[in-house]
Amino acid sequence: MIRRLKKWVAPALMLAAAGAQAETSSTTLETVLSKGYLSCGVNTGLPGFATPDEKGQWSGMDVDVCRGVAAAVLGDASKVKYIPLTAKERFTALQSGEIDMLSRNTTWTLTRDASLGLNFAGVSYYDGQGFLVKKELGVTSAKQLDGAAVCIQSGTTTELNLADYFRTNGMKYQPVVFDTSDGTAKGFDSGRCDVLTSDQSQLYALRLRLSKPDQAVVLPEVISKEPLGPLVRQGDDQWFNIVKWSLFAMINAEELGLTSANIDKSKSSADPSVRRFLGIEGPKGKGMGLKDNWAYQVVKQVGNYGEIFERNIGESSPLKIERGLNAQWSQGGILYAPPFR
Amino acid sequence: MKSAMEQKMIPAREPPVNSRGVLGWMREHLFATPFQSLITLTIAYGLYLILPPFWQWAVMDATWTGENRSACNVEGACWAFVTARLDQFIYGFYPESETWRVNLFFAQLALVLGWLMIPAIPGKKLALGLGLLVLPVTSWLVLSGGFFGLPVVETHQWGGLMVTLVLALYGMLASLPIGVLLALGRRSSMPVIRTFCTAYIELWRGVPLITVLFMASVMLPLFVPEEIVFDKLVRAMIGIVMFQSAYMAEVVRGGLQAIPRGQAEACQSLGMGYWQSMLLVVLPQAVRLVIPGIVNTFIALFKDTSLVLVIGLFDLLSIVQAGLNDPEWLGSAVEGYLFAGFVFWLFCFGMSKYSQRLEKN
Repeated sequence: MIRRLKKWVAPALMLAAAGAQAETSSTTLETVLSKGYLSCGVNTGLPGFATPDEKGQWSGMDVDVCRGVAAAVLGDASKVKYIPLTAKERFTALQSGEIDMLSRNTTWTLTRDASLGLNFAGVSYYDGQGFLVKKELGVTSAKQLDGAAVCIQSGTTTELNLADYFRTNGMKYQPVVFDTSDGTAKGFDSGRCDVLTSDQSQLYALRLRLSKPDQAVVLPEVISKEPLGPLVRQGDDQWFNIVKWSLFAMINAEELGLTSANIDKSKSSADPSVRRFLGIEGPKGKGMGLKDNWAYQVVKQVGNYGEIFERNIGESSPLKIERGLNAQWSQGGILYAPPFR
Repeated sequence: MKSAMEQKMIPAREPPVNSRGVLGWMREHLFATPFQSLITLTIAYGLYLILPPFWQWAVMDATWTGENRSACNVEGACWAFVTARLDQFIYGFYPESETWRVNLFFAQLALVLGWLMIPAIPGKKLALGLGLLVLPVTSWLVLSGGFFGLPVVETHQWGGLMVTLVLALYGMLASLPIGVLLALGRRSSMPVIRTFCTAYIELWRGVPLITVLFMASVMLPLFVPEEIVFDKLVRAMIGIVMFQSAYMAEVVRGGLQAIPRGQAEACQSLGMGYWQSMLLVVLPQAVRLVIPGIVNTFIALFKDTSLVLVIGLFDLLSIVQAGLNDPEWLGSAVEGYLFAGFVFWLFCFGMSKYSQRLEKN
């Protein structure tokens, strides 16, 4: 339907599109290489995931995924054009070719994977709905929340997840509904509710908005699965592999102990898995159409997953999110990347 | 000999103490009746409750500079957020070495507007021509670059107050002439033109601006081939112009209807054609009549530009919002929104003051 419409509307608009960039249809990799930069769709502003600083430099987890792909493909992590997108625009921007990849805290679900013509290239952050409570209540588990007043943002899936969770556990709750996430934080701060619920990554940011952030704790329970990851268009498997393996490279690098600081030294390493990672031997970059040292560039310029986590949302950031599910599989988390072979 | 009557005028005496000066003014305006006194006292008490704490928060306890939120006094306003990011609020992500071009744009704007607005400076027609025809072209050239060795600055790097002004300026400059044409078209005796203009106006007036922007940003890219990437700012601008010109058309039509038919007929009898009579006789009077309406539409347009935040463009409001999400500055929402609101108010208040003066002359 859309294709047919395009046929008719295109010629008319082609005339009208003054200053439009004309590109011949080609693979995404070719497009990116010929442009010399990567167009990456990001959030318009989400603490720890994508925010512009005073100088207009973007930073965050999602932003670093973009930078990793740019490092792998172009050998320069700074060659990224960030396209800030709202939740409603994000898929269209990718479908229409305005961006080469989308890295915008998007939850991987069946519907999105199956019906949008897009593919999720992996999981960059395992999120899930959690609870924030005041320390003075002495609550240590969400199971003790029977009868609690819960601050919540209206019109979100968190509202539905909350209802499900309390019903399956046979507990009652009193919803206190707000329009914005700022509102929920204010409500929690002023004591209108005992508990605040939202996605865990948001809870840490909301906690910072409280008047006494250290007086509130995030409970360990996670009541929904929200795996966030980058997306690419369906039908370009080479590009899909590149984005997928750029992410895997970050995760593998942490497992191998490679960091942006020590990766230059490890070039002389005898460890075969490190040598394969660096592209000195093994599969190298040919299969994906990349340079042999692409994974080296990712880690050298952007860092391994652990470094990215620490810098943007972990202990060295104001958010101080714990690794939790996002730790390596060998460290009690579920991060597990296939090997470089 | 002294006459019974005074020969010269008795000098005027001052009115009694309780009806002049501050006291008299207060008596007349604030305490004329018991009921009025009651209202005055209630409002004064309300202000007493609100203003001193606000003053304390916004000025006395406020922190004006700082690196991040933790540098701020918890009790007071954290204006450090605004001062640290002021450049970004004005220039967006415009490269720092090129911001002089944005300043040049502001200067051009101020020059032409000043010329138009200050009655003492002659040559208003020239200024109007400059504003309508030259200013849009030079502004765009200066801002986007790509000639005389000026590096190209793509629109995705534009942001802040500058984008707000660009959207408002182009919206105003384009919607006024299009609106006039539509208004004339709607009153035309040619059925095709009349139907088209009526349909256009009713269609665009019937759709909320936010849906227009969504269509422009979400639907339009699906209908054009992948090779063509419409600039997002241009898409938004086209949407705003289409929308506002419909409103402008109705405002102008109101003015046209107030001009008696005899004016146009007199022109005809003098042998003037349609365009001559419209441009020289009818429109100048009609537009003068509807200045309040036009300025009203402009003010609405200026504020409506902030709706582009729903399509991910960083105008003044959305760049403030983006800054609020910086982990270093979380919790500065009140300061950020107050600042954005104040800037919008400054511009809108300026416009309405100017239109009041225009009407008087």
